[in-house]
Amino acid sequence: MFDKVWLIPLFPLIGFLINGLFGKKIKNEAVIGGIGTLMIFLSFLVSCGILMQMIGLPPEQRVFEKVLFPWIHSGNFKADMAFLVDPLSVIMLMVVTGVGSLIHLYSIGYMHGEEGFYRFFAYLNLFCMSMLLLVLGSNMLVMFIGWEGVGLCSYLLIGYYFHKKSAGDAAKKAFVMNRVGDFGFLIGLFTLYWWFGSNHNIWTINFVEIKAASHLLPFGGVVTFATLCFFVGATGKSAQIPLFTWLPDAMEGPTPVSALIHAATMVTAGVYMIGRMSFVFIKSPETMMVIAVVGAATAIFAATIGTAQNDIKRVLAYSTVSQLGFMFLAMGVGAFSAGIFHLMTHAFFKACLFLGSGSVIHAMHHALHKIHAHDDAQDMRNMGGLRKAMPITFITFLVSTIAISGIPGFSGFFSKDEILWMAFANSYHGNLNVVLWGIGAVAACFTAFYMFRLVFMTFFGECRINSKAKSYLHESPLVITIPLMVLGALAAVGGYIGMPKILGMLPNYFEHWLEPVFALANEYGSTYAHHGAHPSHAIEWGLMGLSVVIALIGIAIAFTMYVKNTELPGKFVAAFPTLHRVVYNKWYIDELYDFIFVNPCKAAGQFLWKGFDVLVIDGVVNGVANVVMGLSGIFRYVQSGYIYNYAFSMALGVVVMLGYYIFK
Amino acid sequence: MENLNSYLIVSAVLFSIGTIGVLTRKNAIVMFMCIELMLNAVNLTFVAFSRYLGNLDGQIFVFFIMTVAAAEAAVGLALFISFYNNKESIDVDDANLMKW
Repeated sequence: MFDKVWLIPLFPLIGFLINGLFGKKIKNEAVIGGIGTLMIFLSFLVSCGILMQMIGLPPEQRVFEKVLFPWIHSGNFKADMAFLVDPLSVIMLMVVTGVGSLIHLYSIGYMHGEEGFYRFFAYLNLFCMSMLLLVLGSNMLVMFIGWEGVGLCSYLLIGYYFHKKSAGDAAKKAFVMNRVGDFGFLIGLFTLYWWFGSNHNIWTINFVEIKAASHLLPFGGVVTFATLCFFVGATGKSAQIPLFTWLPDAMEGPTPVSALIHAATMVTAGVYMIGRMSFVFIKSPETMMVIAVVGAATAIFAATIGTAQNDIKRVLAYSTVSQLGFMFLAMGVGAFSAGIFHLMTHAFFKACLFLGSGSVIHAMHHALHKIHAHDDAQDMRNMGGLRKAMPITFITFLVSTIAISGIPGFSGFFSKDEILWMAFANSYHGNLNVVLWGIGAVAACFTAFYMFRLVFMTFFGECRINSKAKSYLHESPLVITIPLMVLGALAAVGGYIGMPKILGMLPNYFEHWLEPVFALANEYGSTYAHHGAHPSHAIEWGLMGLSVVIALIGIAIAFTMYVKNTELPGKFVAAFPTLHRVVYNKWYIDELYDFIFVNPCKAAGQFLWKGFDVLVIDGVVNGVANVVMGLSGIFRYVQSGYIYNYAFSMALGVVVMLGYYIFK
Repeated sequence: MENLNSYLIVSAVLFSIGTIGVLTRKNAIVMFMCIELMLNAVNLTFVAFSRYLGNLDGQIFVFFIMTVAAAEAAVGLALFISFYNNKESIDVDDANLMKW
């Protein structure tokens, strides 16, 4: 089964080609959507086969490299088109193809009747192929193809409604910010390649070979530089401080895109990349600290913004940024498997949340369309009381919200609690640990608050939609609700494969599964870790209880403010107008970036255009032409048009020449 | 062939008359005739030298020049007729389209 791995990216590629080339002629939505969904589902089946086979193998035989064909062989440089199958990539395969299949299925219903239906599915398939290349690439260059490919598809899909200026702007913003990160990725790649080559004559970009040679890497120094460059790449792709502002704007794309690309898969690429190269990252304590601090800061920062937004998808977008911050926090404290675990559970519940919000928007849009109202279908202030009209959406949404809030028994609790515990108990960051844990815990409280605020505003209370539209509200069709139910179920029970040891009911399968991947990193880490007294079980129990209490506090605040005393939020805003305005406007980060980067860039462009191009370049070109024209203005008088003048000049010329020879 | 100089003087006089005619006259046909005069002055020189030096090359040249002059006369007259059809004139001052 392992050597069939090349089928996995091939199927979506076929789907992309069929829908991209012939979709316009096929026209039939069922056929187009069916092809797109079937292709990714076939990839899912192959992935399942690989997973099953891998489970049957002993851990040391679980790494397999499949070379498809030699790609670039030039001097010392060697890059093959090759795929790497190991426990880490298999998990990513399952998430990408599994969640991807559900979202494709959902899109058939959601995108029904949209112009460019075939285009949507072609892009979606292309995205899946790129993401699978990213996940499977056995060297950094193949990974980079996928890395760029997902950026491209993200751009295409954010700008799906390209006739809307805001969508076009958002797409450009996403692309440019991703490019900034990609530049970091490339610099990191070159640095690592150059260092290994020039110091040890190991010219390689292959992950397996780098892993085998990683004991040669020094702690800190050049590794810090390279890993920080890689981390810049990760912040771009995974929307961390400072390159996070594109993700909320990316909500301009259709909702399934937000679910698949901007929540479940693409944005986790940065986390995956750090996991893939954990044995390099761990060699730099400074980078680890930077990752942990940036992750924690992003988690709390985005969570605060999420509390004040009114657009249902924007809340979820900031929630995604915040949860990605948790994953980076996990990576930064050396809890790689916890980070990947949260990546997986987050893919389940966040995809479910996004698709649920899509279902709500779909219903709202439909109802508002019926009465020809132009209210915003995504604004939560227009919603409320939807739980009666949309029971399935409501229940799945609620389950996922509970999961993300970290209520015991649901998937998010296991993964988030594991991260918080590791932030507290890791042996890398010394006294910083308490701060990291504190920030994480507060961010978790905010998470519970804004998520339940969203649920209460959308599904509870009075229905605030235009009263005429109310009767048109109804549950979405099965093709939309089936993916919701599957994802909701996964969000509920998906956490049980990674239960903390302390609960003792089930072994932590997940951590065990990833152990061979991260064993080397942990070994390197232990050489400089602080070997203090390990926190006791009592503390772990205490912190676990504390994080549950924190989540409940967040829920309670949301309940008080948005169900019991609905005038409280208004009073709060009136009491702290400045605070609300700043948070509502996202701490003015976009304006700050405009001021620092965008406007100077525009000014420089303006200068180069008006100053350099128009004056200097055009000046030189036009100047040459003007000089020629001026000179010819003088000489043209020679062309009098009278034949006797020409004849005279000829005769004169002859006389002059003769005279010269006679009298010289 | 003792009197080469007199042939050359006649030739030079003819050539100068032709040159002055080309430079001063406006009528295309007259100018054309003046050019023929210049050509024939050259022919005379060729023949005179040929005879003087006892070498037939010069006389052969003369035949070629006369052939070319005949062809030139045909082309030239055709041009003048065409020009006359357009401008009702064969005054070269009217042929000034190429002027600045």
